[in-house]
Amino acid sequence: MRASEVPSTPLPPSSHGSHAGTSPVAGASPAAGSGPGALKGTGVEVSAVRSFLLARGNSSLADRGFKWLMVLCALSIFGIVVLIVWQLVLRSQLSWHAFGFKFFYQTFTDPESHRSMYWDPVNSQFSAIPFIFGTLVSSFLALLIAVPLAVGVAIFLTEMCPRALRGPLAFLTELLAAIPSVIYGLWAVFVLVPLLRDYMNPLLVKWLGWTTLFNDDNPTGLGFLAAGIILAVMILPIISSLTREVMSAVPHSQREAALALGATRWEMIRISVLRNARIGIVGGIILGLGRALGETMAVTMVIGNTPEIHRSLLANGSSMASVIANEFTEAVGNMHLSALIEIGLALFVVTIIVNAIAQVLVWAVTRGAPAQTR
Amino acid sequence: MSTVRSPFRSQVRALTDHAVTGLAVLATLLVVTPLVAIFGYLIYKGAVSLNWAFFTQIPKPVGEAGGGMANAILGSGILLGVASLIGVPIGIGAGIFLAEFGRGTKLANAVRFTADVLNGVPSIVMGLAIYALIVVPQGHFSALSGGVALGVMMIPTVCRTTEEMLLMVPHAVREAALGLGVPNWRSVLSITVKTASPGIITGCMLAFARVAGETAPLLFTALGNDFWSASLNQPIAALPLQIYVYALSPYDDWHRLAWAGALVLILLIVLAVSLVRFVTSRGVLKGAS
Repeated sequence: MRASEVPSTPLPPSSHGSHAGTSPVAGASPAAGSGPGALKGTGVEVSAVRSFLLARGNSSLADRGFKWLMVLCALSIFGIVVLIVWQLVLRSQLSWHAFGFKFFYQTFTDPESHRSMYWDPVNSQFSAIPFIFGTLVSSFLALLIAVPLAVGVAIFLTEMCPRALRGPLAFLTELLAAIPSVIYGLWAVFVLVPLLRDYMNPLLVKWLGWTTLFNDDNPTGLGFLAAGIILAVMILPIISSLTREVMSAVPHSQREAALALGATRWEMIRISVLRNARIGIVGGIILGLGRALGETMAVTMVIGNTPEIHRSLLANGSSMASVIANEFTEAVGNMHLSALIEIGLALFVVTIIVNAIAQVLVWAVTRGAPAQTR
Repeated sequence: MSTVRSPFRSQVRALTDHAVTGLAVLATLLVVTPLVAIFGYLIYKGAVSLNWAFFTQIPKPVGEAGGGMANAILGSGILLGVASLIGVPIGIGAGIFLAEFGRGTKLANAVRFTADVLNGVPSIVMGLAIYALIVVPQGHFSALSGGVALGVMMIPTVCRTTEEMLLMVPHAVREAALGLGVPNWRSVLSITVKTASPGIITGCMLAFARVAGETAPLLFTALGNDFWSASLNQPIAALPLQIYVYALSPYDDWHRLAWAGALVLILLIVLAVSLVRFVTSRGVLKGAS
């Protein structure tokens, strides 16, 4: 290619001499720099435009660097999981070596009173049973209360609500999710617990005492019931907003088909909407369960913090998160600390599994669309 | 199934329909009532104890009237500053990867799934991990470890919202920039991210509001402090932490302070959430069209 040809003719798309580094034209080897557009080191002459563009350089280095920086940021998410697992496993080695798997189901007997004991920091005897029990009882009680209410609210907001009310009510329900856990705990300690203690618990003992689930030997109002109620209030917005999302995703044709066949409104909801949104609703419920399992502050403030197992819902208890929150900064010795961290590890593993199952279910319904942030 | 065949059956169906409507309305009322109750009680108790001293004084010893939570407000500000420095850049970077470079790849799907799962991890576990990572080697509690714990919690939330916002930028904008010869990295930063920036900022605010109310990770990283402290190497007070300690104390004065603190915290969070809703409902891509 000659410099004189360039302005009028399009550059031929051959590789012949166009790229730096290709073999020079046979026979020609002028010195570097000779001629208006000679490529350095080769004998090929290039156009002024092309040599200008090539001299500018491309941004491949910057592009590559930027891309890898972004990849690093994304890998940090895996890094966080690895970090948590690594640190928790590392620090719980002491109690793991001492107790092994029995940590999760062993019972000790107090030599003097012959009662079962589970958590004895003084004698370095640790068992996680009361905390697992407490977590499970409070979480399932919360689910029992929250699920009917949340599904009811979602049905009302999606199908029955007048359009004008829909926005404010939805905003209010989502505002429930934004309130920090301490504030729920604060309200529960000063409003809910006195209410339970003075009014509700005596009634429950009187009416439902025959079920042996409502013995109130220590009437403080604190206990599994208070924890269950405040947890229910906290997980309600999660279940409700996810249910609303999957219910709105059901196509209108389904609803209209049911109505056209003569169904009443409730039958239409039951047949077309709820049946189609079933999987998503279950996913939302499991997500709420995951949140309830890990909830710390509100539960710590109302559950009573006694490492014992009682049948009554009105009894004091303790949950996995609450025992860590309470005893960690005042732990008696390394074994105590290690036992608490092992409980933290167990909590982490359980919540990861529950949340993963919930995410898979929700993803299956929303088909991989970005999930809502709470 | 037809009204001709069984009038009783159709009556039952109509009755069930009305009953369910009633139940749904009842459920909504039962949900809205605690919310209104909590807010109302909070405003009532908090407003009564909110005064100028609350924002300017540190807590007085027990038995003396007055005092405030000024050190907790400052401490929360410092902790959230450190948290944002860690959480926002890494979170936005991860979001840019998910939306721009990794769309459709297996790695991106795995990152997205892990971020969603991490959003549900109990915050106390995060506090434990940061305790083991920073507090134990250093030998003392510090504001730095508290800030790191909060920042690490922000990363998955910021990542997901950034990704959602970037996915909304139309391809035409990106292609126009690339077609003009803008390098890819420059196009992503100056064009795509800038177009989606209102949404990204509101996503960061959402994560900020969520992390502002977290107490559990601070229990054994920042620990809390009854005095003025702005140092990163010392325990520091934080608003939710102070509320927790005061709520469980047996002193009425401290209960009063706890209510006032709760009101301040909730007002800040409601402000952030309302702002987020306002911006996202008005549409974030006015610059792109």
